[in-house]
Amino acid sequence: MKDTTEGYVTADGRQIGGVLMEMKNITLQFGGVKAITDISFDIREGEIRAIIGPNGAGKSSMLNVISGFYVPTVGEVWFHGKKRPQMKPYQVAQQGIARTFQNIALFKGMSTLDNIMTGRMTMMNTNLVTQAMWWGKAQREESEHREKVEKIIDFLEIQAIRKTPVGRLPYGLQKRVELGRALAAEPKLLLLDEPMAGMNVEEKEDMSRFILDVNDEFGTTIALIEHDMGVVMDLSDRVVVMDYGKKIGDGTPDEVRNNQEVIDAYLGVEHD
Amino acid sequence: MSDNLIFAMEVTLNGLMAGVLYALVALGFVLIYKASGIFNFAQGVMALFAAMTLVGIQKGQVPFSHLINAILGTEFHYFGWTMHSFLAIALTVVVMIGLALAVQQLIFRHLVGQEPIILFMATIGLAYLLEGLADLMWGSEIKTLNVCLTGDTCLPQGLNATIDSITYNIFGYGFFIDNLDITATVVAAILVAALVAFSQYTKQGRAMRAVADDHQAALSVGISLKFIWVLVWSIAGFVALVAGIMWGAKSGVQFSLSLIALKALPVLMLGGFTSIPGAIVGGLIIGVGEKVFEFAIGPMVGGATENWFAYVLALIFLVFRPQGLFGEKIIERV
Repeated sequence: MKDTTEGYVTADGRQIGGVLMEMKNITLQFGGVKAITDISFDIREGEIRAIIGPNGAGKSSMLNVISGFYVPTVGEVWFHGKKRPQMKPYQVAQQGIARTFQNIALFKGMSTLDNIMTGRMTMMNTNLVTQAMWWGKAQREESEHREKVEKIIDFLEIQAIRKTPVGRLPYGLQKRVELGRALAAEPKLLLLDEPMAGMNVEEKEDMSRFILDVNDEFGTTIALIEHDMGVVMDLSDRVVVMDYGKKIGDGTPDEVRNNQEVIDAYLGVEHD
Repeated sequence: MSDNLIFAMEVTLNGLMAGVLYALVALGFVLIYKASGIFNFAQGVMALFAAMTLVGIQKGQVPFSHLINAILGTEFHYFGWTMHSFLAIALTVVVMIGLALAVQQLIFRHLVGQEPIILFMATIGLAYLLEGLADLMWGSEIKTLNVCLTGDTCLPQGLNATIDSITYNIFGYGFFIDNLDITATVVAAILVAALVAFSQYTKQGRAMRAVADDHQAALSVGISLKFIWVLVWSIAGFVALVAGIMWGAKSGVQFSLSLIALKALPVLMLGGFTSIPGAIVGGLIIGVGEKVFEFAIGPMVGGATENWFAYVLALIFLVFRPQGLFGEKIIERV
């Protein structure tokens, strides 16, 4: 496995920085069932980090631990070199960790524009009273945020559906709007839970392109879960492989591809 | 113009204004239902509680005086002040916000993720709890409520003389329109405009709509559900206060006030549970329908149609348009 303690340079010449987030000996237990068993790994600044594994391996659980939806039974989460105290999901979001969901969690009755505007919630500072009175400052703030949101809409090429309630959009576009909402928060770490699940080839290619562009243009650190091995190997810098709640591999796509345990988990082993 | 037509116009006008009062109560339901999916059976009692608190503070009544006197053996009923209406209203708003906090912390925080029917049952419990609390705090006698802005400009009572004389000059018959109803209409219009603007154009308003739509997604963009729920219950408490003032000034602050909530149900079925404009239009339709029906059909069936007309109308709506006039069409992609 490649030594990555000081950061490294990728094959396509991007500089990867120091550790942004570190998971230390995470164990997650629901009653008697262990969803995650003693997993440690790190996510470096500027990196695209993938978590892969068969169904039920605990990938989504891991993402939920990072985003604060689950509290690990044992283990520590370190962010920006500091141990993170136990937090509510909305507090994690306020720290600059944005996410998307496997089954799309958009505000279905609201327009694309409004959905993405909610992504800027953590960056709006004016208080309740000023907001309610719609005083100058609140109004100015609103239009500044609106400008940023319009840039994201341009970036994701969804200008045509700005005013459409997202419940009416086809699946692929909904996924894109959800990505837009996460991006609107200008996150330090972006978590994507199966961003390409259920998409056709063309939609997958679009989404891959957006993910790479986000990483490239904004320098956003991305951690993603994905089923499609081909996509993962093309996109990511380093990959964690999970199986039955345990980590069975960690490294560059090439290292992981040649790891015997990983091959066994994906292709099955002969039992005698 | 025929007499009947003129009467019908007067009846319609009166109906519209009665409708505004229904709409005020329905509005409180819609706010809470939209943001938390809770059908708040206690909304009517909240209006009663708010009105009683307002009167109590205004007249310097000692809260829980019966209880205190029974325990301590004192005779302490009044602080001996008459408070200015503005200050009393402000204090009542503070009490309603406190109530919102208590409701969230003591009840609904523990019921997150429960079935809607369980949340509904909790609000029924809350309704009786509040009714008892109001009784214990302020006593059960009927009180008169008069809200005054300055010295002697109070909420106007009695019939409007201007409308009376104008209509007399035009039709040769003066309309009976309550001054209070006119005020209520203006206040309701301002309230609704403010609420719509708040929910459409502010950060907190957007957060409210977001929470109403999807809890998980709201959390993921950094919205605190607890804060939003307290905010929503506070606003609903404020709307209840406005409704309580209007109804209280009209018919006295008494326990039957909590029953006006029942009239809000058909209003909601008509307007849709999730739409603020729906609550208004629904209220107006019920108000006008009730009065006109009573006027036109009432005499043929022996009167008293106002008691059931609204519910029958709501039933018919349930059959043909279950989501109400303005309810969100359920969009489901297959």
